[in-house]
Formats: sequence, structure tokens, C-alpha cells
Amino acid sequence: MVMVKRALVAAVVFAVIAGGRVLGQGQGGFVPMGSLPPAEQIPAAPLLIAAYVFVWLALMGYLWSIWSRLGRVERDLRALGQRRHSREAR
Amino acid sequence: MFARIALLVLRKDVAIEVRSREILYTTLFFAVSCVLVFAFALVREGQVAEDVPAGILWIAIAFAGTLALGRTFERERYGETIRALLLAPAPRSAIFVGKMLGVVALLVVAEVLLVPIVALMFDAGGLFARPILFAGLLAAGTIGFSAVGTLFAAMLMRSRTRDVLLPILLYPITVPVIIAGVRGTAALLQPAPDEAMAEMWLGILVSFDIVFVTLALWTFEPLMTE
Amino acid sequence: MEIGIQDSGQPMRRIFGPIFVVTAAMFAAAPYLIANAPYESTMGLVQKIFYFHVPSWFAMFTGVFVAGIYGAIFLFRGDPKADRVASSAAEIAVLFGLMGLVTGPLWGRKSWGVWWQWDAHLTMALLVELIFIGYLIVRKYGGLGSEKLSAAVAIFGMANIPFVYLSANIWRTLHPPTSVVPTLPSAMGGPFWFCVAAFMLLFAVLFMLRLQLENQRAALDALYLEEE
Repeated sequence: MVMVKRALVAAVVFAVIAGGRVLGQGQGGFVPMGSLPPAEQIPAAPLLIAAYVFVWLALMGYLWSIWSRLGRVERDLRALGQRRHSREAR
Repeated sequence: MFARIALLVLRKDVAIEVRSREILYTTLFFAVSCVLVFAFALVREGQVAEDVPAGILWIAIAFAGTLALGRTFERERYGETIRALLLAPAPRSAIFVGKMLGVVALLVVAEVLLVPIVALMFDAGGLFARPILFAGLLAAGTIGFSAVGTLFAAMLMRSRTRDVLLPILLYPITVPVIIAGVRGTAALLQPAPDEAMAEMWLGILVSFDIVFVTLALWTFEPLMTE
Repeated sequence: MEIGIQDSGQPMRRIFGPIFVVTAAMFAAAPYLIANAPYESTMGLVQKIFYFHVPSWFAMFTGVFVAGIYGAIFLFRGDPKADRVASSAAEIAVLFGLMGLVTGPLWGRKSWGVWWQWDAHLTMALLVELIFIGYLIVRKYGGLGSEKLSAAVAIFGMANIPFVYLSANIWRTLHPPTSVVPTLPSAMGGPFWFCVAAFMLLFAVLFMLRLQLENQRAALDALYLEEE
């Protein structure tokens, strides 16, 4: 029972990742629980969720880091360009 | 020509070292301290696990080698002699080979002391059972380690953070040398020495040497050009 | 000087938009496909990590090879553009390597019962990741001449891969062999190759962004130099 619950949680996380579109039909993918081997001491779903969440967090973190670095450099470039421009106008 | 220049550079380093013996003594003492530190960590009730002596030996060599590399090039930097050496009308790769041979020579001396110490302290007489094979492993491992180490130590001379960057870069890249050296030595240390295994590891070490010495010779010239 | 910024950035910017959209769409669709893919018979649910785990290694090794090859080009031709390409690729390789190194143990915890195994693939992956973190450290703290030094690290790191793999492989092996990939049943193979394509596109997107940053930095440095 716990397993089923956890698998459902996994499905919900997938759904959130996919922008809410999975909820309607995506759970179909998690129905064949019977095909899972019975010897499950360690729950798989938290591990699976952790893996996917980490990949997404790392990706977002990196995108944010590039974005902020690029913003800083471009700001400096603009400031420098403006300074030059005003000097040339004079 | 090439060999003559390499030998000249080597002779210069040996001559300086023979006069002061600073690097030799510090490296030797450091290597022995390494063995002791590991002995305290790994010896239990007077006994060690089967593969431990091989591991201790190679770790001591790698650590001592890093120290020797740092000191060798610190000396060149301090005397501003590397610039003169690089300005000399000689192929850069010959200079590289000369410096590398100097490091190899230093490490060989350290190994001559380290091997009996490890053999005595950890009851690893098996090290001498197949002397040629074991010497081959040591020589191939030392050359591979020194080739990569000399290249990086030479490049790092210009860097302010060279002391910490050398091990950071050197250890991950020389891991195959450590694995092959330790496993090959451990194969010889077994109650029934596994010669085929040791020969296979020796083969890996030799191919590592060929690839990395070639790469180092190939990249030394552009790397040392400012 | 402005011309210099434009001609390195413009063609890239034109294809960036479409690639970005396609990548985002593929990543939005990936969870669907993964959720609908069949369960692997022995590993079950946790095996689904595979769809992101393996492609992240593909992307990492792409980065490693780009960094190594462009490092060599920089070293022998002295072209600063090659250095910018190499350093951008190396940083992204570290990012994908981190994804692989974190998702791998999560999978192994379930299917092997331990977080880490000293197996050939894991050892190789960890070492390549360490070498390229070393690369980033050199670039940040190396000071004078760190571009060349880092190029050498990339070349040596790349040359090191077969040796680490071979020696760790003989030393011990536990990982599912890489040869399973071409023999995947099509119901699993489809989503898998879809994810591989998505990760490669993601690599391209991140790479272009990172290269743009590097180009703008170079332009800024050139402008500062002109000012003085």
C-alpha cells in the first residue's frame, strides 16, 4: 500500500514537472504495480523523485547562474558604451 | 643533440642536488613519515591486510613525488633559471626530458629506501621474490607519474597557487598509475605470486607511459611559450 | 569593436531561439514518455532514473571531448576563440557530470543496495568530474597563464579516460554493461533515445548561452583595454 502511495507521489511530481498536463493520463504509466518484484526493502519512489528533482534544480540553478553573470557583463558593457558615447558627443 | 641536451639538464640538476642534498633528504624523510602515518592507521594487532603494503608503498611514492616536483621547480623559479633554460637554443622537449629524468632519479633513490622499509615493517618479503617484474612496475609507474608531474609543475611555476594546484591536478590524472602500481604489486605480494596479473598491470603502465610521455613532449613546447 | 561582438553573437542568436523552444518542449514531454515506458523486469521503478542518468553522461562526455579538442586547438594555434569554446564546454561538462554523479548513487542505492561502488564506470566518471572541477579551479585561481594550463588539463583529462576505464574495469566491475543500450526493447529504447536527444539539445542551449557569456566578457575586456 505504501508503495502504491509513493508511486502516486512520483506521478504527481512528474505531473508538476510537465506543467500539470500529466495528471489526466500520465498515471496510466504507474498502474502495473504487479509487475514490480516483491522483494522491495528500499522504497524506490523517493530515490526516483530525488534524482529527477536534483536534475531539474541543478539545471535551473545553472541557468540562473549564467543569466546573472551574463546580465552583469552586459550591464558593464552598456555602461562602458554609454560613457564612451557621451565623451565622443562632447 | 636531443639526448645530449636532456643529459646536460639532468647533469645540472644532479650537480646542484649533490651539493645541497636538500630535496633528496626532505623527500626521503617525508616518504618515511608517510609510511609511518599509514602504519599507525592500518596496522591492527601487529598485522596488516594483504594488500596494504602495496598501497602504502605507492601512496608514499606519489606523495613524495609531489613534494619533490614542487621543490625542484621552486628552485628553478627562485633562481629565475627556468627563463634562461627556456631561452637556450635547444628543443624545449629536450629540456622537458632532462627535468623529468631528474625527478625520476630522485624518486628512484627514494624507492631504494622505501621498498626495504615497507618490506621489513610489513613483513612483505614477497616484494623481492620477483625482482625484475617488481622493478619494472616501479620504473614504469615512476616514469608515468614524473612525466605528468613535470609538465604540470613546470606550467604551474607562473601561478601563485602552485602549491595547492599541483596535487589537485596531478592526483586525478595519475590515478591509473596508482591503480596499476598497487594492483600489480599486490599481485606479487600474494602467498602465491600472480605473475600473469603483474605482467598485465605492467603492460597497462607501459602504455600509459607511452601515451603520456608523448603527450607531454608534444604539449610542452606550446605550453611553455609565453 | 562593436562589430566584433556582433559577428560572434549574431548567427548563434538566430538559431538559439528555435533550439531553445524545441529543447523546452522535449523536456516537458520527457516525463510523459518516461512514465509510460515499461518497467524493467528486475530493477522496477527505480530503473526509470536511467532515462536521465545515462543521457547526462552522454552530454558530459560531449563536453569533455569539445573541451579537450578545442583545448588542443587553442594550445597549438593560440586562437582565443577556441579557448572560450573549451572553457564553456568544460563548465557544462561539470554540470552534467554532477547530474550523473548524483542520480547514479540514487539508482545504485536501490538496485545494488549501496550508494557507491568502486566499479569502472563510476570510478571513471568520478575521476573525469574531478579533473574537470580541477580545470575550473585552475581557470578561477590559476592566475597568469591559466588558459594554457587549463587546456593541458583538458587534453590530459581526455587522454586519461581509457586508462581509468581499463584499470578500474580490471580492478572491479558491477555496473550494468554499457552494451545493453543498443539492445533495449523498443518500448524503452524510444523514450531513452528521446531523452538522449533532449539532453544533447540542452547541451547545445547551455553551451551557446555560456559561450555568449564568454564572448561578452572578452568584448568587455577588449573595451577596457581600449579605454586605458
